Amino acid sequence: MAVIAQPPPTQTHADVTRDVVGTLSTATPGYYLMLFGAVGLFLVGVVTFTLVLRDGLGLAGYQPPIFWSVFITTFVFWVGIGHAGTLISAILFLFRSPWRTAVYRATEAMTVFAVMTAGLFPIIHIGRQWVFYWLLPYPNQRYLWPNFKSPLVWDVFAIGTYLTVSTLFLIFGLIPDVAAVRDKASGWRKQVYGAVSLNWQGTDNQWRHYSRAYLYMAALATPLVLSVHSVVSWDFASSLIPGWHGTIFAPYFVAGAIYSGVGMVLTLIIPLRRYLRLEHMISDYHFDNMAKLTLFTGTILFYAYGMEYFVAWYSGNTFEQTTFWRRAFGPQWWGGWTMIICNAFVSQLLWFRKIRTNLTSLFVISIFINIGMWFERYVIIVSSLSNDYVPYAWDVMTPTWADWGILAGSFGWFGMWFLLFAKNFPIVAIQEIKEFIPMPRKHAAHAGHH
Amino acid sequence: MAAKQVTPGVLASFEHIDVACDTIRALRAKGRKDITVFYSHPSHELEEACGHSVSPVRLFTLIGGLTGTIAAFAMQIWMNRNWPLLVGGKPTVAIPAFVVIGFELTVLIGAMCTLFGVFFLSTILRHKGVTYDGRFSDDRIGVFVPAGAEQAAALEKMFKDAGAVEVKRAA
Repeated sequence: MAVIAQPPPTQTHADVTRDVVGTLSTATPGYYLMLFGAVGLFLVGVVTFTLVLRDGLGLAGYQPPIFWSVFITTFVFWVGIGHAGTLISAILFLFRSPWRTAVYRATEAMTVFAVMTAGLFPIIHIGRQWVFYWLLPYPNQRYLWPNFKSPLVWDVFAIGTYLTVSTLFLIFGLIPDVAAVRDKASGWRKQVYGAVSLNWQGTDNQWRHYSRAYLYMAALATPLVLSVHSVVSWDFASSLIPGWHGTIFAPYFVAGAIYSGVGMVLTLIIPLRRYLRLEHMISDYHFDNMAKLTLFTGTILFYAYGMEYFVAWYSGNTFEQTTFWRRAFGPQWWGGWTMIICNAFVSQLLWFRKIRTNLTSLFVISIFINIGMWFERYVIIVSSLSNDYVPYAWDVMTPTWADWGILAGSFGWFGMWFLLFAKNFPIVAIQEIKEFIPMPRKHAAHAGHH
Repeated sequence: MAAKQVTPGVLASFEHIDVACDTIRALRAKGRKDITVFYSHPSHELEEACGHSVSPVRLFTLIGGLTGTIAAFAMQIWMNRNWPLLVGGKPTVAIPAFVVIGFELTVLIGAMCTLFGVFFLSTILRHKGVTYDGRFSDDRIGVFVPAGAEQAAALEKMFKDAGAVEVKRAA
């Protein structure tokens, strides 16, 4: 497959600081329009949730046999989105992959906000939100402890750890960059950025500990990319529901998570790059690499989908076979085919270099990925529950206005945080871009010392 | 509030990394261990010139990680024995089922201790009252050496001769 070479650096260190700090200048009306749009969507979610709180989960279409539906679908969708961020910021850091530098900050911010969004959904889903803390092990007068043998309790720890570690990783990486913004700012902004930068001065002593610690943070975050969605997949795989009870689930979910995450990265970065005028920093080279990552994980998904159907047939298990037959030809066939077409087939277009480097086509493909990956979780969750072992109890679930309202609210909540972040913090990592630009030398003989 | 303590000394700015590294090495060769070097991004070349040993922050990571593992298993074993819950025919203390939370808390506490280590070590090992310039986060390398009035003139001359683009005295 053709490779686009890394473009040689054309900017000086001062240019990088100027261009990235420049993205924090006064926002345009277009930005406020997007921000108000996001806040508006979030309010739609808040109002819908208030009604669900008042009237109960019946509003969201919960009825036997389907008690996990759009809220759990959306939870898995948002957790998955986060994985690409950690992959790009931690794993590719350990591999010293140069294309990550320009995009990793945006993807890491996306991770934090996506997991923040995901974390709301189990709480919305439990119905009695005011007792959500029952999920945690805390001393109580009933002398009860959570069931540590349940994947649902593993999930509480997995998501809690993921949110905390990815937030710390984001903030940690931001400190030197916020100090650079502080040094260019004046007035109250200088005070605020000064406080956020925790008195960072970039001394040899600070860098000595910082660089080492960053390596360890990346090493600690790396297994999270594989573990979090594996644990989420075990919420399903460790049950006996047909369509869920598969050993393929953990790698299948992890590949899907990275695929959906890179899709969301493309959806966010393509417009952001133009809006913040970062075209010279985020180029074809970066998009080509992200597209290849999408193609790779999309191909794993293609294989996993095929394998799921094959194993269902090969198992000779009637329940398993029926479930998969109904996914493709049952009452909700449209969901099954949306998932297969958007994920398995659309991703294969990325074999063509012209498509990988054409931003319009990449953006359109990324939207297909977002839709397809939401439907993948919807199909896995809802279609499996709708036809369990007793045909008498079969039912079809149709999402209600409450489901759509809260789903829309989640996009608003995510978009609101992402937009606020992009305008108030460096969305491109200043210090890491500089690391790849050689500093000027007085004596050429020393060049190539390292 | 008391005024911020300022250490008297000389602050030099460099544009060229090779010049800065040579100057740092020359100062170290003279036995100076109280130099503070400022730079905007991680640089192996400058790190090597400063001659630091590997940061002890790794101990914080190790101790934090092990604390997480032990705490997670201890918590799960104790809680399951305290309130035995029979699930799926598993024994009360079902170690394989506890591995997930054991792993998660290893990462969680390991990461938190790593960051604590950075802040702790950066604070206790810093040279207090050094003079800083906003350009060090941009494109300049700074070298600050504490010096009394009698040493300052010689240091200023040394920095200028070496090729510093700006030399100023802090008092």
